[in-house]
Amino acid sequence: MGRYILRRLLVAIPTLIVISFIIYAVLALSPIDPLSAFGADPRVPPEVRENIRRSLGLDQPWPIRYVKWFTALIQGDLGYSFMSHSPVIGLIVQRLPNTLAVVGVAYVIGVLIALPVGMISAVKRYSLVDQVATTFAFIGFSTPTFFTGLLLIIIFSVNLHWLPFIYNSNLKIEDLGSFLQQVKQSIMPITVLGLFDAAVLTRYVRSEMLEHLPLDYVRTARSKGLRERAVILSHVLRNSLIPVVTLIALGVPAVFAGAIVTEQIFRVPGIGEMLVRAIFDGDIPVVAAVVFLFSVLVVSFNLVADVLYAVLDPRIKYT
Amino acid sequence: MLTLTMAACGQQGTSTATTAPSAAPAASAAPTAAPVTRGQGGDLKILYWQPPTILNQHQATGTKDADAARLVLEPLASWNPEGKPVANGLASEIPTVANGGVSADFTTVTWKLRTGVKWSDGTAFSADDVVFTYQYMKDPKSAVTTSDYVDGIKSVVAKDANTVVVTYDKPNPFFYQFGVSGSGAILQKAQFGAFVGEKAKDAPGNLRPIGTGPYVVKDFKPGDTVLYEINPNYRDANKPFFKTVTFKGGGDAATAARAVFQTGDVDYAWNLQVEANILSPMSKASTVGELFTVYGASIERLLFNFANPDPALGDKRAEPDTKHPFLTDLAVRRALAMATDRGTMAKELYGDGLSGKSTCNLITAPPDLVSKNTDSLDVCKYDIAAANAELDKAGWVKGADGIRAKGGVKLHVLYRTTVNALRQKEQDIVKAGWKQIGVDVELASVPAGTFFTNTSPDGANHFFADVEMYTNSGDPDPTALLASGWGTENIAQKSNTWQKGNYARYSNADFDKIIADLKKETDTAKRAALVIAANDHLVKNVVIVNLINRTFATSGRAKTLKGVNPTPWDSEMWNIADWSK
Repeated sequence: MGRYILRRLLVAIPTLIVISFIIYAVLALSPIDPLSAFGADPRVPPEVRENIRRSLGLDQPWPIRYVKWFTALIQGDLGYSFMSHSPVIGLIVQRLPNTLAVVGVAYVIGVLIALPVGMISAVKRYSLVDQVATTFAFIGFSTPTFFTGLLLIIIFSVNLHWLPFIYNSNLKIEDLGSFLQQVKQSIMPITVLGLFDAAVLTRYVRSEMLEHLPLDYVRTARSKGLRERAVILSHVLRNSLIPVVTLIALGVPAVFAGAIVTEQIFRVPGIGEMLVRAIFDGDIPVVAAVVFLFSVLVVSFNLVADVLYAVLDPRIKYT
Repeated sequence: MLTLTMAACGQQGTSTATTAPSAAPAASAAPTAAPVTRGQGGDLKILYWQPPTILNQHQATGTKDADAARLVLEPLASWNPEGKPVANGLASEIPTVANGGVSADFTTVTWKLRTGVKWSDGTAFSADDVVFTYQYMKDPKSAVTTSDYVDGIKSVVAKDANTVVVTYDKPNPFFYQFGVSGSGAILQKAQFGAFVGEKAKDAPGNLRPIGTGPYVVKDFKPGDTVLYEINPNYRDANKPFFKTVTFKGGGDAATAARAVFQTGDVDYAWNLQVEANILSPMSKASTVGELFTVYGASIERLLFNFANPDPALGDKRAEPDTKHPFLTDLAVRRALAMATDRGTMAKELYGDGLSGKSTCNLITAPPDLVSKNTDSLDVCKYDIAAANAELDKAGWVKGADGIRAKGGVKLHVLYRTTVNALRQKEQDIVKAGWKQIGVDVELASVPAGTFFTNTSPDGANHFFADVEMYTNSGDPDPTALLASGWGTENIAQKSNTWQKGNYARYSNADFDKIIADLKKETDTAKRAALVIAANDHLVKNVVIVNLINRTFATSGRAKTLKGVNPTPWDSEMWNIADWSK
C-alpha cells in the first residue's frame, strides 16, 4: 500500500506540470486582458496602457512568463494579483474560511441528508417516503442555484425581512449573538447548495442500495437469521457505499473551489466569487493559482478515493 | 485630457434628483442645516457591486477603487455639481485669475495649502507631499492611470511649506488639471517615497493608505470589503458624522437595488445598471430608498469621416488630404442627422432618463456652458420626410435597389463601434432610420480593446470607416475636448501615428478661430459664449450627431441619508465628510 501511494504521488508530479502548462497556455492565448478594466476609458490613453502592461510584465512572450511563474510556483510563490498587487496566497487564505463556512458546511449537510434519505428510499422503495424524497431530489438537481437563491432572497429577505442577503465577511463569532447572526446570514446560501448536493447524492445512494438489495449475499445474511437492521447497515450499506464514497471524495475539491453562482448571489466573498471576478478582470495570476490549486486537489482526492476503496473493500489490493 | 471618470461604464453629469426639476441641480442634496457632531452616527453601509481591489486613486482600475480611496486620500480641491472648484480638500482657497492665484496667460497656478493639517498617522502635511505626488504621477514607470492629469506640466514646486506652484508647458485654459478631484489625490511622501516607478505597485500603502481625509482604513479585504473608522486627525472637529463606514463590494446590480430600495440593508448602492422596467417600479414603490441620477458631459455620438477611408487608396487611406466621397456634402450629413431617431434610443435603450437622455448638444455640462440654440434646429429633429427631401434636393437619386446615388457614388456607409449589446441595438436603430432615406448601412463592431488603440486599423483613431460611434466625456472646461476633437492641428493621421484626437479629420477656419479665442479668453462669460459657439458650429454643420447624454451615476440612497451631493466631475464619495442621517 505504501509503495502504491508513493508511486501514485510520483506519477502526480508530471501530471501537475502538464496541467500547469496547459492552464497557463490557455490563459495566455485566451482573449482575457488585464487592461480590460479600463475598457473604453479615454482617460487611460494607449501609452499609459502600454506602461501598465509593462509594469505587469506582460510585454514578455508568454512562454517566458510561464517559466517565471512556474519557477516561483514550485518555491511556493503564487505571485501577485494584477488588481490589488497583493500576494495571491493572501487572497486565497482570506477567502477560504468563507468558502468553507458556506460551501463546506453545505456539502457536509448534503451528505448527512443524502445517506439516510437515500437508504430509506431504497429500502422502502415506492413508499410515500420514497416518492417524496424522489420528488424533492428531482426538484433539487433540476432547479439551478441562481433560481433557488433569488427565490429565497425574495421570500425571506425582501418580503419577510427575516434573513440578510448580504454576507458580512467581517463578522467575528465571539458570543451567542454573533453566532446567531452567522447562522442567519448562512442559512440561505447553505440551503441552496445543501439541497443541490443532497439531491444528487440521494439518487446515488438509493440506486446503489437497490442494486445490492436483491443480491445473493443479502439473501444469505437474511437466511442466517440476521436482523433486518444488521443486514441493511453492515452488509448492504457498506457495499453500496463504495462508489458513493468515491463520489463524495471527488466532490471535496469542488468545495474548495467554491460555488461561483451562489457566492455571487449572496455576496459571499469566497474562492468561487474571486475566480469568476478574476476571469472578468483578466487577473491572470489569480486565475492561474486558483485553477492550479484546484487541480492539485483533484489529483490528491483521486488518490484518496482509490485508497478509501481498498479500505472499504478488502477484495481490492494495491501492490 | 478628454474625461474625468474612471468610467466603470463611461458616464458623467449634473446632479438632479429624479423627483426634482432639472432646473434645480442638487436641490435635494444641499448639506444639512443642523449641526452635526463627529461620530454621532453609527455605521454607514455602502454597497458597490464591483468590489474595490486597491485604495489608491493613481493605481485604480475602476471607479470602485477611486471611490473607496476617496474616503482616505484627498485632493487639493473638488469639483462641485456645477463644475466649479470648491476648497473642501487640502487647499485653503481656490486660485483664480481674479485673486492672482492663476497667471493671466493660464500657465502658472499658485495653490495655498491649509495650515496645520495632519496625516492620519499624526505627522504634518506639507507642500512637499504635493510635489512628491506630482513626481510619483509623472514617472512613466509608476504606470499610474491618472497620468493624463500631469501631462503638459513643466514643474510643480514648493514655494514654502504651504504654497505650491504648478507651471504648465503652455497656456492651459483647464488650469485646474492638476490637483482637483480624485485624480489629484495627494499621497504621503513618507509612505510612498520608496515606491515611485517600478515599485509603485508593491507599495503597502496601496492597500492601507495614510491620508488626510475623514476616514482611515481599519481593515481591507481586496475584492470584498473595506472597513473605515474616523481619522482622529481630521481637520474638521465636527465631522464626519458616521463613526464607521462599511464599503462592501460584490454581487450584482439587481440585488444591490433590492438592498437599498426594498430591504433597506444598505444606505447607498452605487451604479444601479438594472433594466428600466425592473428598476423604475422598484425605486418608485420604495419607502426606504431613493434613486438619483447625475448627468454630466458624457455623450454617445456619431462621428463622420471627412477623409476618404477607401482601402484602394493604400497609404493615402483616410489621410487628411483625401476627401470623403459623400460625407463632405452637407446635405448628406444633414439628412443622416434628421434620419437618426435618438428619441427612441433614449426611451428604449436608456430607460427614458434612468441611464441617459437624448441630446443634440455636445457640451451638456456645466450648466452655464450649455447651448440653448440647438433644440430648434431642423437637424436636431427626427424627420424622415425632411431628410428625404434634403437628399432629393441635393440630387441624390434612389436607384433600382433603393439606394441613393449621385455621379456614380452610392450612399453606402460603413458604421463601426465597439462590441457591446447596447451599442449594437443603437446601431440597429440608426440603420433602420437611414435605410428609410435610401442609405445602405453596413454595421461593424470590434472589441473595445481594439477600438481604443492607435495601433489597429479597426481603431477609432485610424477611423477607416465612414461613421463611428462611442462616448466622449469632457472636463468642466471643455477647451481640450473641443480643440483636440475637431481642431485642424489635431488631425489624426499616419505622420502622428494617429495619436491626435481629431479622428474625423475635420478642418474649418471658423471653428479653429473659436478655439484659438477660447485658449486666450480669461473672462468667464465670454468663455461660455465661445464654448456655446463651438458647440453650435459642430451641431449646425453636422460635424457630429450627438445622441445620448449618459448618466454619470444612477445610484440609490436611503431616504434618511442627507448631504449626498453627487457631481459628474468627481467621485460620488467626494463630500462624504458632510453626509449625515
